Amino acid sequence: MDEKMVTNAGDLTNTEFFYGHRACAGCGGSLALRLAMKVLGPRIFVAIPANCMSATSFLYPQVSFSVNAMISPFPATGAVLSGIEAGARALGIRDHHVVGFAGDGGTADIGIQALSGAIDRGDRIIYVCYDNEAYMNTGIQKSGLTPYGSRTTTTPAGKNIPGAVGRKKDMFGIVAAHGIKYAATASIGYPEDYLRKISKAAMCKTTSYIHVLAPCSTGWGFPAEETVDIGREAVDCGLWYLAEYEKGDFILNRKPKEFSSISEYLKRQARFRHLGEKEIEEITVGRDEKWKKIMKNWRV
Amino acid sequence: MGMPGRKVFISGDEAVAEAVRLARPNVISAYPITPQTVTVERISEFVEDGSLKAEYLHVESEHSAMSAALGAAAVGARTFTATSSQGLLYMAETLPYVSGARFPIVMMNANRTLATPWALLSDHRDSLSQLDSGWIQVYCENAQEAMDMIIQAYRIAEDPRVMTPFMVNLDGFILTHTYEMVDLPAQENVDRFLPPYRTANRMDLDDPKTVCYAALDDYMEFHLKQELDMRKVPGVIEEVELEFKGIFGRSYGGLVEKYCCEDAEAVLMTLGSVTGTARAVVDAMRMEGKMVGLAKIRFMRPFPAAEIAGIAGNTKAMGILDRDLSVGYEGIVFTNARSAVCEIESPPRMINFIGGLGGRNISKEDMRQIFDQLMQAARGEQGERVRFVNARCE
Repeated sequence: MDEKMVTNAGDLTNTEFFYGHRACAGCGGSLALRLAMKVLGPRIFVAIPANCMSATSFLYPQVSFSVNAMISPFPATGAVLSGIEAGARALGIRDHHVVGFAGDGGTADIGIQALSGAIDRGDRIIYVCYDNEAYMNTGIQKSGLTPYGSRTTTTPAGKNIPGAVGRKKDMFGIVAAHGIKYAATASIGYPEDYLRKISKAAMCKTTSYIHVLAPCSTGWGFPAEETVDIGREAVDCGLWYLAEYEKGDFILNRKPKEFSSISEYLKRQARFRHLGEKEIEEITVGRDEKWKKIMKNWRV
Repeated sequence: MGMPGRKVFISGDEAVAEAVRLARPNVISAYPITPQTVTVERISEFVEDGSLKAEYLHVESEHSAMSAALGAAAVGARTFTATSSQGLLYMAETLPYVSGARFPIVMMNANRTLATPWALLSDHRDSLSQLDSGWIQVYCENAQEAMDMIIQAYRIAEDPRVMTPFMVNLDGFILTHTYEMVDLPAQENVDRFLPPYRTANRMDLDDPKTVCYAALDDYMEFHLKQELDMRKVPGVIEEVELEFKGIFGRSYGGLVEKYCCEDAEAVLMTLGSVTGTARAVVDAMRMEGKMVGLAKIRFMRPFPAAEIAGIAGNTKAMGILDRDLSVGYEGIVFTNARSAVCEIESPPRMINFIGGLGGRNISKEDMRQIFDQLMQAARGEQGERVRFVNARCE
């Protein structure tokens, strides 16, 4: 397959590979899938475990793909992708990509074992985690990637507990620790950066991992038209970052000159609206600790 | 008959591995668990030495073993996996995925009991817990049958009328680790019997498809189609067995193998390797003039209800030996068999013998006592419906 870098909208095909689905208005996850498939398609095999995307796009007879696609068992995206690739290899199928789109819970919680196994084998697959920071499909329950202070239906915010109390698992670091050849973080708020990373993943000969922040208007509580802007602000305020792990090095792709206001970012979202100064301070301390490490250890 | 086979002295696990090599799967994904391990070790060696041209996926769990097989089958690959016991239960979620998606994956299950108490030895609690998974299930009596059934399994499962996954069960250690003289078929004969797998039920770059999709209002029809196709399986088994016999000279009696049932006053039904013990006891008791018979239930799905009812209609007492127990009721095979028998006009007296749990041996003496009890029942003696064999409690 002719691989060329896709770095902006002008490089994208007008063909749609993922359309007609029933996701909410302003869905960040569906945008992540649609853009990635435009970079990779049409010769792709897609596997999607239980998540909003499978629930809204695989409904027989109105399936939402013009490419090959299948639902994967929830915990097994990595294994299904490996199986597809091994089958394709054994049958002599060439010039294709095998890509999976799992959510944050499907990646960091129930799917982490199969993902680890896939990276360990090094099969040529692209694993995309679209991170909307909770189990949205089932009604906004806490996942291992739900950030501190977030109100979900299983971490209700009240007098005693300020919503989720854990910190977001460092999936990027966990994946990198496997010695993966290429991993990256992205946000749908910075689509050019995301497209470029999907392009790079497509050129990998082994397993690659893209972790894309995909804001959820329904679960986070913001107007549907603000999805991309929220995805951008998450990066600008330093609570998310755009980075790559390549050939053993962490590389920061975007260093905000000055962080935008964490408080502003949080207040835009219903899930954080209950937070007081103390909690916002804790979130700020967490961000600063992370960035201290980034600036010290990563290539900037 | 084509090329003759070759006699080899191998274990049940090795017989399965040899059969897998002969069946030429494209992808093997497996996770090791005792007592299945020798099978996957041998297959790994075949892949290493090039005698089996397949991709071997080292997965991190049984759940992923079946999920990877699912992915491979979804692009039209012939696949194999093997497991046992806890491993089968760990992958249980994926079994209906595979059967519902109509992928003809073949799996060997080395029958082993379930924890706790943690135990390594054989009974049928693992596979019988998965009767409702939509898979075909066969139980083998010896290594030869295990080998032959792996080869037949692909033919049956991949038949366009069937397209249903196939679980080949053999008793852990008793069969997996016991050495027997086995007739190893010639590759060219297996190739004639089992052509490469071709299907339209796959993802295809030239004709993209969605497989393993979701259904709301159509769910019931999808599931009932599985049932309607499963009902065709007995006929396909018969056809395939006939052809197999023509090429390899062996057959196993279809869904149920009957032994001395025609004039028997009491018939015992068994699954798997314990059948050998029962057959020896039937021979001895027949020498003494006792009218006992034996039926080996080979397939638990599709369930041979008509065959079992036919045997029941011709005898006075029928025993079902379950190497499992659905706690709170009775043996699982018994429940199935009695449901098949209850429709006939004058059903025999039916007794459920529960034995061999966790690998406890069922000796010839135990077996003789089972037949004695059945003969007493045939004479009209009353007693418990469910009886424990060689158990230290009552």
